[in-house]
Amino acid sequence: MPGKLKVKIVAGRHLPVMDRASDLTDAFVEVKFGNTTFKTDVYLKSLNPQWNSEWFKFEVDDEDLQDEPLQITVLDHDTYSANDAIGKVYIDIDPLLYSEAATVISGWFPIYDTIHGIRGEINVVVKVDLFNDLNRFRQSSCGVKFFCTTSIPKCYRAVIIHGFVEELVVNEDPEYQWIDRIRTPRASNEARQRLISLMSGELQRKIGLKVLEMRGNAVVGYLQCFDLEGESGLVVRAIGTACTLDKLSSPAAFLPACNSPSKEMKESPLVHPPSHGCRSTHNSPIHTATGSRLTQNFSVSVPTLIYTGMGSGSAGKEGGPFKALLRQQTQSALEQRGGSPHRFCRRREFPFFTLTAFPPGFLVHVGGVVSARSVKLLDRIHNPDEPETRDAWWAEIRQEIKSHAKALGCHAVVGYSESTSICEEVCILSASGTAAVLNPRFLQDGTVEGCLEQRLEENVSTRCGFCHIPYDELNMPFPAHLTYCYNCRKQKVPDVLFTTIDLPTDATVIGKGCLIQARLCRLKKKAQAEANATAISNLLPFMEYEVHTQLMNKLKLKGMNALFGLRIQITVGENMLMGLASATGVYLAALPTPGGIQIAGKTPNDGSYEQHISHMQKKINDTIAKNKELYEINPPEISEEIIGSPIPEPRQRSRLLRSQSESSDEVTELDLSHGKKDAFVLEIDDTDAMEDVHSLLTDVPPPSGFYSCNTEIMPGINNWTSEIQMFTSVRVIRLSSLNLTNQALNKNFNDLCENLLKSLYFKLRSMIPCCLCHVNFTVSLPEDELIQVTVTAVAITFDKNQALQTTKTPVEKSLQRASTDNEELLQFPLELCSDSLPSHPFPPVKEHLESASSNSGIPAAQRATSVDYSSFADRCSSWIELIKLKAQTIRRGSIKTTVTVEKASPVGDGNFRNRSAPPCANSTVGVVKMTPLSFIPGAKITKYLGIINMFFIRETTSLREEGGVSGFLHAFIAEVFAMVRAHVAALGGNAVVSYIMKQCVFMENPNKNQAQCLINVSGDAVVFVRESDLEVVSSQQPTTNCQSSCTEGEVTT
Amino acid sequence: MTSELDIFVGNTTLIDEDVYRLWLDGYSVTDAVALRVRSGILEQTGATAAVLQSDTMDHYRTFHMLERLLHAPPKLLHQLIFQIPPSRQALLIERYYAFDEAFVREVLGKKLSKGTKKDLDDISTKTGITLKSCRRQFDNFKRVFKVVEEMRGSLVDNIQQHFLLSDRLARDYAAIVFFANNRFETGKKKLQYLSFGDFAFCAELMIQNWTLGAVGEAPIDPDSQMDDMDMDLDKEFLQDLKELKVLVADKDLLDLHKSLVCTALRGKLGVFSEMEANFKNLSRGLVNVAAKLTHNKDVRDLFVDLVEKFVEPCRSDHWPLSDVRFFLNQYSASVHSLDGFRHQALWDRYMGTLRGCLLRLYHD
Repeated sequence: MPGKLKVKIVAGRHLPVMDRASDLTDAFVEVKFGNTTFKTDVYLKSLNPQWNSEWFKFEVDDEDLQDEPLQITVLDHDTYSANDAIGKVYIDIDPLLYSEAATVISGWFPIYDTIHGIRGEINVVVKVDLFNDLNRFRQSSCGVKFFCTTSIPKCYRAVIIHGFVEELVVNEDPEYQWIDRIRTPRASNEARQRLISLMSGELQRKIGLKVLEMRGNAVVGYLQCFDLEGESGLVVRAIGTACTLDKLSSPAAFLPACNSPSKEMKESPLVHPPSHGCRSTHNSPIHTATGSRLTQNFSVSVPTLIYTGMGSGSAGKEGGPFKALLRQQTQSALEQRGGSPHRFCRRREFPFFTLTAFPPGFLVHVGGVVSARSVKLLDRIHNPDEPETRDAWWAEIRQEIKSHAKALGCHAVVGYSESTSICEEVCILSASGTAAVLNPRFLQDGTVEGCLEQRLEENVSTRCGFCHIPYDELNMPFPAHLTYCYNCRKQKVPDVLFTTIDLPTDATVIGKGCLIQARLCRLKKKAQAEANATAISNLLPFMEYEVHTQLMNKLKLKGMNALFGLRIQITVGENMLMGLASATGVYLAALPTPGGIQIAGKTPNDGSYEQHISHMQKKINDTIAKNKELYEINPPEISEEIIGSPIPEPRQRSRLLRSQSESSDEVTELDLSHGKKDAFVLEIDDTDAMEDVHSLLTDVPPPSGFYSCNTEIMPGINNWTSEIQMFTSVRVIRLSSLNLTNQALNKNFNDLCENLLKSLYFKLRSMIPCCLCHVNFTVSLPEDELIQVTVTAVAITFDKNQALQTTKTPVEKSLQRASTDNEELLQFPLELCSDSLPSHPFPPVKEHLESASSNSGIPAAQRATSVDYSSFADRCSSWIELIKLKAQTIRRGSIKTTVTVEKASPVGDGNFRNRSAPPCANSTVGVVKMTPLSFIPGAKITKYLGIINMFFIRETTSLREEGGVSGFLHAFIAEVFAMVRAHVAALGGNAVVSYIMKQCVFMENPNKNQAQCLINVSGDAVVFVRESDLEVVSSQQPTTNCQSSCTEGEVTT
Repeated sequence: MTSELDIFVGNTTLIDEDVYRLWLDGYSVTDAVALRVRSGILEQTGATAAVLQSDTMDHYRTFHMLERLLHAPPKLLHQLIFQIPPSRQALLIERYYAFDEAFVREVLGKKLSKGTKKDLDDISTKTGITLKSCRRQFDNFKRVFKVVEEMRGSLVDNIQQHFLLSDRLARDYAAIVFFANNRFETGKKKLQYLSFGDFAFCAELMIQNWTLGAVGEAPIDPDSQMDDMDMDLDKEFLQDLKELKVLVADKDLLDLHKSLVCTALRGKLGVFSEMEANFKNLSRGLVNVAAKLTHNKDVRDLFVDLVEKFVEPCRSDHWPLSDVRFFLNQYSASVHSLDGFRHQALWDRYMGTLRGCLLRLYHD
């Protein structure tokens, strides 16, 4: 009996009138947990009942505590007939199960009914007494903290990052059970809500168990999703990154966190067992993507891409030199750990990390985006307790991702995420991430001193290090155009870099970033089962290719050379496929200047055609020039001598020596780079291509004063003020005609997205100057002719004037630092040489330990981690071969200008947090901020209260009366926000960070005057303190004046 | 391609003041969009008409959802659905309960009933205020009336507490409720020159001095169904006013009163001779108004009577306002020197308020 749950029902207010005769309500409350139910007295004739109940006590297993939600039902007592339900409140008590989070849940909760929406509020107090359970075989995982945030939460320090955890549970969907034919919609909805709540509880518990097994105590970047598979069931699946976190308690360590986060992070060593980090990959046999398809269900394998700039393919198995380097580092790491090597014994199957932001130095190189998709036919899940099929499907996809990463010479995948798109019985599973090489030094169990020593060099080197190619230059997985890094001049970099992660805080960026989207529709014939799946999988590669081409074109048009936060969504509908890719384009100082876009006609003899072409060309050139101005991209010209500076020989040699990777077949076939043309060439050979060019030019830049990005923060802006506005916008359009063409479809979709963005800019105009951050588009195809786009983002204001000041100082600093860097960097290749020839790519732990000693204490070597560069370029893969004949030929741009090292400003956006806003006067009680970001500008998060994960269904049979579909959904989303805020407030919090609306499934039937909508949201409930308040507080007393629950001492300054 | 659904929901509810005004003014979405286009917003922001349409729809939907809460403003403060900063909440409420001068003049003193509501069509045509806006304003009056009708205590405080209005607006509503309750006639042609402000001013003075609450004689037994403290005139006081009749009925007293006033004002009044000639008429008028107030019908005609019996005669003789003030002051004060008159306190309670009202009503 390891836990006692205590609940008290205090009062209600604003209840609806349930008795027409008296215009009053006789309300009472049922409190249910598991199979136990308690009731309050009936409070007669009041819309504001005061129950003031006793404490209802439930004695339960902690396993149940984790799985079950507390269910509170408010009813109207009726003497003669059945009692009418007013509504319900589900309370997830998980936040009460770990010590540091909330201690009590107490507050007003909206009473929610799936048919009527919010009907009044109820005041509830919930407490849990947990008894320690030392049973080793326990099924519960109380105490494991969950975070949606995809970086190390602000008031914690990562001791060890263990790696990937995943789990899924399946069940029958109550809506598709036979009983649904005889029960009311309300009963059906409630059954569903309850089931999903139970399933997420169970899922979280199971993941928690895995974390405990790995000896972690937290899951960061927890992402839970639902697959509504209809007839075949309901799947709830989750992925995350297991970590061991330490609460930062010393004020000294804490304060810098808010002033300059990067610095603080460096002091707290990020540790990470090398097992999965760099070697686990190699432990399991490499499956090639197409090789091992499960056949129990029909499944079609889709050729997959490795987005490395452009192109795809699985190729070289590994990059030699840095492997050696890694080994070295791992060894040193191990030694510093002072030995508890047993930790490394466990090897994770997948070296994946759902994190998108890392402490400086953690990320050594980035290879590029890896993604895999697979089309499956859904089949009824026969045995929900053994969801093997679904597990196998995902395992397959992950395997593929892993091998792609390897092909890029990377041992890990960061910024990893998974998604599905379901239409009838067809399901597309997608996974994507960024292949990367991680710093083994972070794989150690933190000796702080060691890290401190290394801090400086590390800081310097990472500024461009992550751009350097991880694969072997002589055995590139694809033909890439490499150049020497424009920052350090030592290592090779690709011409373009695509990633799914956030821009590293210490990356040097020139100018500002911008949101770049590729949008695409493809018609497909309606078909059944296998034929349908085949049709879809045949279309997918073309879509991927085109999405990629569009991204590339738009990136060039913006004059930029890298994409961050890339997210490609492919949505399947009855008669079409939609592709939507969003990313944030930036100009990385370390990468070469992108070439322009050249248009080439196919029929050069036609005079008017020529004229047309040249006209287009001019337009494109103008646009590029305009964009460069708009985003302040003005990389300084580099003098010849610098360009010509040779790379140290030894390094090249070492690479040669080490190239043991074989290139795959695809690579040899690849020939996308026709010679060494400077520019990106668009061949206009048919109307399609013409359309493409037109659509390139139709994207309108945001109005002045506005910026937008889909990453956490906008590169190039570092002076946020405190005003934030999170919003969700939904649009559904009905496609007009029957005989739609791909072009018309594309145009409609494009207009839809563009208009939506325009509307956002207009609505938020009062916030100018401001930036839309974390812009998250989701496309779905609810019906034949309907396209639904959902956007969630946050608008943050910034101070134009301060921007100028802040950028100055870092630049100056970097000047000095850069020069010293260079000298030190030179030593690196030598270092590398000495450690050449990694006989085995994944040396046993012991070896690491030994060689570590040679490294430690030599700063230069340490810096080398970040100095080895991976590059990256355009490439293609096998499937591209298939469509090579089609339209565009893509080439990589050549270098026109280069960036001097001196001009690099080390921290563009890392600084933003110390630009606190002027004191915010309007801080009123009860305001709960919501943001998709992991932080709140101008404020410091002092406490994480637990994860918020809520699922709601709303249904109506009086759609017209509720203001039509717009009125219905508008009210529902507002209600969802309200319920999230109420739960956060009841936990004692004042904000939700890393908020995400994971699902918004909307179905309507206007003829029947009905509509239904399902929404799933999640985020982290936190307590934050304004920096301005903090100063005041600290000058007086070390205690805080924040919420009562926030009693941590670390607020002291 | 048609837009089926188009919504925007912010964690903090976005309120566009301009659109709110258009909504309050009762414009349809189409009209509101047209008006916004005319305001030049498209040029300023570079937006398109479609964007404007979508934005306007969104705001209208939000306002529509908020309207239910605005009917009971404390609900707006406690509700959880819309997160609105307090300053914005105040603005929403204040603007929602604001009314048009032209409209309020039409319904001031009328019974706030269905019958009057039917006349809103005519009022709308007459004033050029949209019917929708007329309805909102009328419903606001009625709602406030209903809520405070049965309440005890200060009318202004009650309104402020239940509708969270600014002091100024709460006072106006107190006047409206007071007028509606006592059904003062304000619509006659000869009263047309008076503004709502004039009436509100008078109402406030009357509430302060002529109602039960004014005297501070709060009934000891709170359960007793006494007249509302601030809404109804003090019946006993009205009854007593009959006693003032002696001032004009007793010829000696009237003469003495006149001579006292004339002596005091001689040389100080530009219109002295006119005053002297008219004194008895004016005095009779003012005292008779008082004496008649026992009848409900005469209470309703109070303002008509005041204008007929005092304002118009003075105006026809072109009294400057300063002279009116001199006269009324002296006229009230002199009564204290009338030895035979015993109702000094009553006179002061009556005349103190009336003097204030008359001075306010005396303009062109």
